[in-house]
Amino acid sequence: MSAGRRRALKLVGSFTSPLLPDDYLELVNPLWSTRELRGRIERVERETPDAVTVLIKPGWEWPGHLPGQYVRLGIEVDGVHHWRAYSLTSDPDRRDGCIAITPKLVDGGKVSPFLFSRVRPGAIVRLGGVEGTFVLPEELPERLLFVSAGSGVTPVMSMLRALAGRGQLRDVVHIHSARTAEQVIFSRELRELHSGENGYSLHEQLTGEQGRVAPGHLDELCPDWRERETFLCGPSSLLEAMRGRWAQDGHPERLHVEHFQPDEHLLDELSPGQRGAGGTVRFRSSGIEVDSDGSQSILACGEAAGAELPFGCRMGICHTCVGRLRSGRVRDLRTGRVHGQPGEMLQTCVNAPEGAIELDL
Amino acid sequence: MSATSTAASPASRLDEPESPLARLTAEQIEELGREFDAIHDEVYADLGERDARYIRATIKLHRQLVLAARALLLGSSYEPAWLAGTASLSLAKILENMEIGHNVMHGQWDWMNDPDINSQAWDWDTASPADAWRHSHNYEHHTFTNIRGKDRDLGYEIMRVDPHQRWHPVYLFQPLYNLLLMGFFEWGVAVHDLNRGAIHSGEKSKEQVLDELKAIGVKARRQIVKDYIAFPALAAGAAFASSRGSAESAKRSFKTTVAANFTANIVRNVWAYSIIFCGHFPDQTYTFAEAEVADETRGGWYVRQLLGAANIDGGPLFHLLAGNLSFQVEHHLYPDMPSSRYAEIAPRVRDICRRYGLPYNTGPLHKQLGTVHRTILRLAFPGGKVRPKPGAYEPERL
Repeated sequence: MSAGRRRALKLVGSFTSPLLPDDYLELVNPLWSTRELRGRIERVERETPDAVTVLIKPGWEWPGHLPGQYVRLGIEVDGVHHWRAYSLTSDPDRRDGCIAITPKLVDGGKVSPFLFSRVRPGAIVRLGGVEGTFVLPEELPERLLFVSAGSGVTPVMSMLRALAGRGQLRDVVHIHSARTAEQVIFSRELRELHSGENGYSLHEQLTGEQGRVAPGHLDELCPDWRERETFLCGPSSLLEAMRGRWAQDGHPERLHVEHFQPDEHLLDELSPGQRGAGGTVRFRSSGIEVDSDGSQSILACGEAAGAELPFGCRMGICHTCVGRLRSGRVRDLRTGRVHGQPGEMLQTCVNAPEGAIELDL
Repeated sequence: MSATSTAASPASRLDEPESPLARLTAEQIEELGREFDAIHDEVYADLGERDARYIRATIKLHRQLVLAARALLLGSSYEPAWLAGTASLSLAKILENMEIGHNVMHGQWDWMNDPDINSQAWDWDTASPADAWRHSHNYEHHTFTNIRGKDRDLGYEIMRVDPHQRWHPVYLFQPLYNLLLMGFFEWGVAVHDLNRGAIHSGEKSKEQVLDELKAIGVKARRQIVKDYIAFPALAAGAAFASSRGSAESAKRSFKTTVAANFTANIVRNVWAYSIIFCGHFPDQTYTFAEAEVADETRGGWYVRQLLGAANIDGGPLFHLLAGNLSFQVEHHLYPDMPSSRYAEIAPRVRDICRRYGLPYNTGPLHKQLGTVHRTILRLAFPGGKVRPKPGAYEPERL
């Protein structure tokens, strides 16, 4: 924000204190907010039986995004506000200025079923930061390879759209897996690109019939894979398998992996090796004490015991749930890393106790 | 429970009424606690879109009222505009302090997980800084409600509202400063958390007191700038422009706007004072000695809240403007429950009162406020007796 604008806001703010000028402006248009970035849902389009694209018109302060990045989306479901992170699937240069996300339906989830069948055009959402380093290099490589599976195609789609829009689909191989033909998200657009006048070629692997893409298939599907800047996004089993191949006989520095997967059950997918011994959590403000077996996050076991805890994305992104660690060590459920110093601000949603801990929450 | 032991000598001097707490067995108190817990759990399980819509609509209404008021007051030198503007500004401030600010800062809407409508993020249109108020009110008052010597809201450390409080000649002046507090209530609330007792005893460090004073200063400056400089200046500017440069009409507009904002602040203060003083000081309410509530169980806590608070009868609009503190009993049983739910659970609370032979304190505003002021007048002088208490709640009496 410029100094002039800040000063003007401060002056107007002396009329509206303790509220902000925005609190009144939003009576006219909810998108006119400098307090936070918002967007309006324009359309929801069905992509596959279990994926929809949500088109959102962001407020005028939207900073834009790089293809491949994700946005934190805040949305109210049944009166409760939730944060989720979704890959942006749109070309950043869309002419109508809209952005798109393409969530997959998660059974038993809160937000995706809502976006799937209940949200109405005109609904206002919050837009948190745009984040992610899974992006194309500034200097576009000659040859590209995309390996995606399931909803892992979402960040790739934004890249493909951007490249197509700029006429830069020069030499791109895309290996995409889905269980059945009807579950291929963006199938029409991908096939159109494939048959179009460009250097894009698509290999669709229907794992229900053909089995999964194994690292060994690379030589057949894309013989020059070692020479290509590769972008990989999908379930962790795919990531692990492919990473191994690149480490063994490829150039690991040419492999870009998206760790983040917009999956509401992310934490259930951890391999048992990453689960620690667990321990007792003591929440100092409520006095509640509860045991975690090491697979449950501090947040989840606290809530199960009735503690009132701040929560946000539940996947380690938004830092809404942080609380100060007083004593003990914790294990990061995403990485298995044991860490924690007294006084450190901890994300309760992705850490489990490793032995007894005390938190200022 | 150890309640019976306190009916000893110093209490009987005041004709201590028998506490309904003493009549209940430990098992009854446990059972009652479970019943009250169940109501809370049921409501919390049911919270949803309807409630979220309610608080958003209320917040929107407040902002619209403010805009209307400030627009009208640009023409404050014109009497009808002054009246209409002052009235809507008063209403706006009342709505914001009572139904929105007090309740949001209680955490009643924290379940929404909304970044803005949230006890940690909210600040209100009054002199009291949010943090300080949350501590003295949410923690101290709501935990130690009506325990003599622990609940500083009993007379706010400056008044004798309970005959158990030792008399001091300074209380002779309390009818006078009671009136002052009524008019300038927001300032009284602002300094309340400084906690004189804790400062004298050294419990609070000098640095802490200074920090808190600074916070009050910052908040007070913003409030004063807004109501007594910014908006009057804006009105003066508007008058200057529309009168083609008459300094006289600019000056007049400045003054009438100051008067309007001052009036709105006073109206809000008198209203807030009246509703809040009716919450714990009418004749019906009980106060408690520390010994009486030692080893208090969850059920005992509920009974104390029930006995220590009093409701005010009224219609939906009255309850809205009272921030639903006219359901003070329900509010004290469930401080973190959205205020819009109090009216809905009131019949169930009364039913519990009936079945356990407990009183359900309520009355019309004039009666409740009348007994409060009578107490303040009487207890300015030495002596005084505990007022007679109503018996168990009987449905047909209401």
